Amino acid sequence: MNLTTKYLGLELKNPLVPSASPLSRSLDIARELEDSGAAAIIMYSLFEEAITAESESMVRFLHHQDTGFAESTAGYLPDHQDFQNGLELYLEQIRKLKESLDIPVIASLNGVTDSGWIKHAIELAQAGADALELNVYYVAANLDQSGAEVENLYLELLKELRGEIRIPINMKLSPTFSSVGNFVKRLADAGVNGVSLFNRFYQPDIDVGRLALRARLTHSTSAESLLAMRWIAILYGRIENLSLGATGGIHTAEDAIKLLLAGADVVHLCSALLEKGPTYTALLLGDIADWMQEHGFESVEDFRGRVSALSAPNPAELERANYLSVLDSYSHSPGVRV
Amino acid sequence: MSHKSMVTLDGNEAAAYVAHMTNEVIAIYPITPSSNMGEWADDWSAQGITNLWGTIPDVVEMQSEAGAAGAIHGALQGGSLATTFTASQGLLLMIPNMYKIAGELSPTVFHVSARSLAAQALSIFGDHSDVMACRATGYAMLCAASVQEVMDFALIAQASTLESRVPLLHFFDGFRTSHEVSKIEKLPVDTIRAMIDEDLVAACRARGLNPDRPKLRGTSQNPDVYFQGRETVNPYYTATPDIVQGVMDRFAALTGRQYGLFEYVGAPDAERVIALMGSGIGAAEETVEHLTALGEKVGLVKVRLFRPFDPARLIAALPGTTKCIAVLDRTKEPGADGEPLYKDILTALAQAHGEGELASMPRVLGGRYGLGSKEFTPAMVKGVFDELAKPAPRNHFTVGILDDVGHTSLDWDPDFKSSAMQGVTACVFYGLGSDGTVSANKNSIKIISEETPNFGQGYFEYDSKKAGAITISHLRFGPNPINSTYLIGNDEASFVACHQPTFLTRYDMLDKARKGGVFLLNSHTPPERVWDDLPRRMQRTILEKELSVYVIDAYGIAAATGMGRRINTIMQTCFFAISGILPKDEAIAHIKEAVKKTYGKKGQALLDRNYQAIDAALAGLHQVSVPGEVSSTFDRPPVVPDDAPDFVRQVTATLLAGNGNQLPVSLMPSDGTWPTGTTQFEKRNLALKLPKWDQNLCTQCGKCPLVCPHAAIRAKVYPAELTESAPEGFLHATIKGKDFPAGYQVTYQIAPEDCTGCGLCAEVCPIRDRKDPEHKALDMVDAELIHAQEKANWDFFLDLPEYDRTKLDASKIKHAMMMQPLFEFSGACVGCGETPYIKLATQLFGDRMLIANATGCSSIYGGNLPTTPYTTTPEGRGPSWNNSLFEDNAEFGLGLRLAVDKQTAQARELVARLADRIGSDLAEALLNADQSTETGLHEQRERVAALREKLSVIEGPEARSLEHICDQLVRRSVWIVGGDGWAYDIGYGGVDHVLASGRNVNLLILDTEVYSNTGGQNSKATPLGAVAKFAAGGKPTFKKDLAMMAMAYENVYVAHVAFGAKDMQTVRAFLEAESYEGPSIIICYAPCIAHGVDLSNNLRQQDMAVNSGHWPLFRYDPRRTGRGENPLLIDSKPPSIPYRDFMSSETRFSLLTRTHPDAAERFLQMAQKQVQTRFDLYEQLAQLAVQKSPASE
Repeated sequence: MNLTTKYLGLELKNPLVPSASPLSRSLDIARELEDSGAAAIIMYSLFEEAITAESESMVRFLHHQDTGFAESTAGYLPDHQDFQNGLELYLEQIRKLKESLDIPVIASLNGVTDSGWIKHAIELAQAGADALELNVYYVAANLDQSGAEVENLYLELLKELRGEIRIPINMKLSPTFSSVGNFVKRLADAGVNGVSLFNRFYQPDIDVGRLALRARLTHSTSAESLLAMRWIAILYGRIENLSLGATGGIHTAEDAIKLLLAGADVVHLCSALLEKGPTYTALLLGDIADWMQEHGFESVEDFRGRVSALSAPNPAELERANYLSVLDSYSHSPGVRV
Repeated sequence: MSHKSMVTLDGNEAAAYVAHMTNEVIAIYPITPSSNMGEWADDWSAQGITNLWGTIPDVVEMQSEAGAAGAIHGALQGGSLATTFTASQGLLLMIPNMYKIAGELSPTVFHVSARSLAAQALSIFGDHSDVMACRATGYAMLCAASVQEVMDFALIAQASTLESRVPLLHFFDGFRTSHEVSKIEKLPVDTIRAMIDEDLVAACRARGLNPDRPKLRGTSQNPDVYFQGRETVNPYYTATPDIVQGVMDRFAALTGRQYGLFEYVGAPDAERVIALMGSGIGAAEETVEHLTALGEKVGLVKVRLFRPFDPARLIAALPGTTKCIAVLDRTKEPGADGEPLYKDILTALAQAHGEGELASMPRVLGGRYGLGSKEFTPAMVKGVFDELAKPAPRNHFTVGILDDVGHTSLDWDPDFKSSAMQGVTACVFYGLGSDGTVSANKNSIKIISEETPNFGQGYFEYDSKKAGAITISHLRFGPNPINSTYLIGNDEASFVACHQPTFLTRYDMLDKARKGGVFLLNSHTPPERVWDDLPRRMQRTILEKELSVYVIDAYGIAAATGMGRRINTIMQTCFFAISGILPKDEAIAHIKEAVKKTYGKKGQALLDRNYQAIDAALAGLHQVSVPGEVSSTFDRPPVVPDDAPDFVRQVTATLLAGNGNQLPVSLMPSDGTWPTGTTQFEKRNLALKLPKWDQNLCTQCGKCPLVCPHAAIRAKVYPAELTESAPEGFLHATIKGKDFPAGYQVTYQIAPEDCTGCGLCAEVCPIRDRKDPEHKALDMVDAELIHAQEKANWDFFLDLPEYDRTKLDASKIKHAMMMQPLFEFSGACVGCGETPYIKLATQLFGDRMLIANATGCSSIYGGNLPTTPYTTTPEGRGPSWNNSLFEDNAEFGLGLRLAVDKQTAQARELVARLADRIGSDLAEALLNADQSTETGLHEQRERVAALREKLSVIEGPEARSLEHICDQLVRRSVWIVGGDGWAYDIGYGGVDHVLASGRNVNLLILDTEVYSNTGGQNSKATPLGAVAKFAAGGKPTFKKDLAMMAMAYENVYVAHVAFGAKDMQTVRAFLEAESYEGPSIIICYAPCIAHGVDLSNNLRQQDMAVNSGHWPLFRYDPRRTGRGENPLLIDSKPPSIPYRDFMSSETRFSLLTRTHPDAAERFLQMAQKQVQTRFDLYEQLAQLAVQKSPASE
């Protein structure tokens, strides 16, 4: 059975690619992922702001420990040992992952300033990353900034990067563009090699006890993958040389299969692995293979995109809200086993 | 001399260097001022630095010094080379093992930065009280007098003990030597190797316990042989002085530095001689040189080896012409006929004289000096020589203080100076602890010492306060080694720098300036106007001493270059630019080099900012043109108000003014008893921003007074008519709710002079303006905008009456916060996580509270002079507080309880016996009073007052006895307060025992999870993966679950609280713990600056600790079992945020991801699992069905 797929110009042994998550922080876990069948690994995101802020706070708490108090003249934290900043560690981690893994290693970058993005992207490429994912975590909270302006930020950034680095670039997008398809097309024109749909923003929560915001991390659910499914199905086969990655809410083999049917080149795993451990990849692969056998598919290519806008029996479902009938038939989230 | 390796370091580092190089097992416990020695050793081992034998010494932090000594004893018996570092109480805890180690003739060196012992008070400062308490242990005692000697003697000690087999206590003066930074010659490894005899090391190995050649040590001996056994060691002690001298001679051959057991300097025909040991030698030697140059026949005997005492070498060292000797001891032995060194020297001379070996017996006088780091100056040395010249010089004198009680003190001329200061450049810098002045100065000394042929010396005066601590740096530079072991005195400094303009009216710093010197001031006032900022006295001094004045706006430059409030490199640049010690460009290059060394790896941006600040400093430095006359209109304000109590005006004010050295003995309490309520007189004005109250928006929830670490925001409820006399601008609002009389007013008032500006009150304030979400009921605003108004408001507020406690329901936060805090304005850190708990306890129970306080942060901000934050109600009641030791606090507190219980029982017996005479109704009521409520307590107090009145007319001894103890009929609340170092480690045995005692005590554990007071050492409370000193690679084990251990007793009330996460639970826990008639323990989560997080986030960190499962909230109340309920109540939800989020928010954890990323990730995974497992376990325990057991009710 042939599970191989092509992604960002890379030959992958199968379509399961763990997305940016803390799992890639540990070499042992990364190896476990590879052994369990992961086809590539996307590293945890390098946050430009975090690097700067961390360096500053490290310096403050380690090198500015003067207290003036006679019993703690040497400060509180041992400061004599040197330490690396977050960027150096990240580059080091790329090198280590490349050394110990056979699968492609994709770096992930989340930046703020143009210069920061470009500078760091070059360094990541030099450290050996096989591709670069831009995780643009941008909440357009500025009321004076139009959608077009936001899109231009992305495009400009991409163009500049494209001019500097040769490795494939993937862009992880949020679902909040008003015309996702058009925007993806423009990104492709500007040289992007792939897009991942969609980025999950951590949603802040409100603490009713303290009447304050609190950060909250919730894992995705299968229901969330349906949004990506629609857009992948719409985009499949419409833009040349553009890889499609599905991300967010892929928990079961069925979730993965649906996205492949919609046309994804790869499906990204995050919450599922955080919850069930790296070896879960092997289980998913087995289930996918079983399904393929059941349905008589020899390779992923045999069924990829079979239920996309191009080839689905009822493509209008993808485009029309058709919500009246959905509401009428409402029992539980459509397509999701609960 | 160029082949010599010169280094700039302090005494602790010098000792640790040799100890680490020549040992393989190091067991320590941190104690000031020795902690740094262990930290250096740990740090080097963490870096993989090996010893002489190519192996990395194993550095182990124990639970106490007693534990460290036990571990060393074991390591020595195991045939290892082992050492430890300690001081003061720590050394006392080692004494039992020291007898053993000496009795077994095990070679080892204990390095001790000698420090005072806690007697009438604790002192962290230097003298020889601790080492003198060890002189009977059988340890040899070798004393180093300077940083160079510390390094040299550490090696001489190691070589000697290996040869003599007599263990050796190597000591030097705490702070003066342990913390003095000096340029010295570093011992090359080859020299160290040459001094250590491998055969002797092999002999240690051979003596070690080994099952391949079994033997037995540590027998129990009976009357037939113990005595003989004790005498077996004599030959070893007899041989030791020769051995040490032999080692010193070998050392001299290798290094050119010759030492003797007793060294004499001075006139060969001296008649008056001083003998002493330790850092005082520096001042004494300078004075002797000065006086002999003037032709005076004076001399000095430097005592090096104090034990075994070698009389023959002492006598050989003394000139035959000596007529009179003053032996100076830096210790006090009350009741003795003289201090130890005096008595030894006197005995040696008398023995020699009696045996005919000394023709004439000089007169020998003993004196004390320098206790608790009291200054010892050439002027005082001269005073001693002057006394010796008198026909009938005083014996048993003191020098350095004014003793108007025992009349022991000698006079000295404070203006006397030795000639040693000639050719020396002296500089004094006044800075804030947090602005980096000290580290910049250490760096300057390094630059000057290493880049010029000059010698340099730095000594730093630190503060007793943690918030807004002030440092004074004393730097000396000169062409010759500097042995001036005293502070830079008046008229000596050619450079005086004031890094904080607020110090201008607080310190007469220009008294230190010498004529023609330089004064550098950091001020945002432009050069043309800055003259007007100076007080009259300062202007006069500038004119009289013809000082050049420079000004720089360092804060402006720091802000403009992104350096925040970090002004140290800016001021350092100015120092070099003005002083001309180095060519300017060269100096700047060195400063930049140092900056690069520190920040190089951390990012170019940081580096650039520092460079910009340095360059801007040069451009921003201006010389002030000094007008010809004094024009200022103000002077230093009075330290305390005129209406302060007598004691405060006489004593406290003197201390606050920095003139404590001038206080005579008569003004000091003789038994260590001090009045409380004195922080209110210490107006420190630290806050740059103050909270501003919006009375219309406020919902009066009471959260702000609860979280304030300094009790600088208060609430009072009072009748509306009282506002009639309020100053204009005094804010108040009608009290909300039906619990208070209609129309009563409430005010949430800040104390602007006492607030530290931490911002926690505004942070916790839950009420935002709907129209302007940036505006809360409390906003932090620039202090100058509201300071004057709030000061007037505060003064008025203080005079408002306290609301009747009996009408408040303490279980409601709003009500509890109407109660007067009896713990205010402490010197704790800005944003301290501990003090709100203590303050809360004093609000709830303060007027009947006895506090036993373990040594640590809470004893320092609780009881460090000059002032104490514990205070009283208008009726004069309040916490009565004492600090016994670090290790014994639970036992000490239990003792207080025993005293209270016994006296209460006795009072009750007497009431019963006297019932007929005092009236059976009153007696009955006194004995059966319900004191579980404020009303009950109030009524009982009234009954006790009535009882007193009755007793006053009843005759007989029983009535008199009852009069003395009838106060105890009012319920007392005994609190045993301390940190995790005490509760988890050094005092745990006592904590455990007291919990098991069943007695009614309340243990308040302020758990910062690290030793905060001594500087962030690892403890058993330190969580997995946290970086701390002695856990540089992250703590590899889980935190001890003290709560679970306490719950195992089943009759202990246990609470795990974090006020910043759930304040109501904290208040409930306090009330329940106190009301429980048995042992209670409240373990309080206390964010600390040692966590590496800005404490303006104190509350957020507590919240994250709880939500991540790091700090579950729960209460275990044995009374519930009696009601058939499960005693355990879980008060927090299951972990809801990733542990990573909590960890990454604090440098103590995140540092590890930088230094040991793999370990950090591993610990994180383990911790994430563990918090969930622990929570599940607690939850399961809380769900167990419980059978009703009347016994536990």
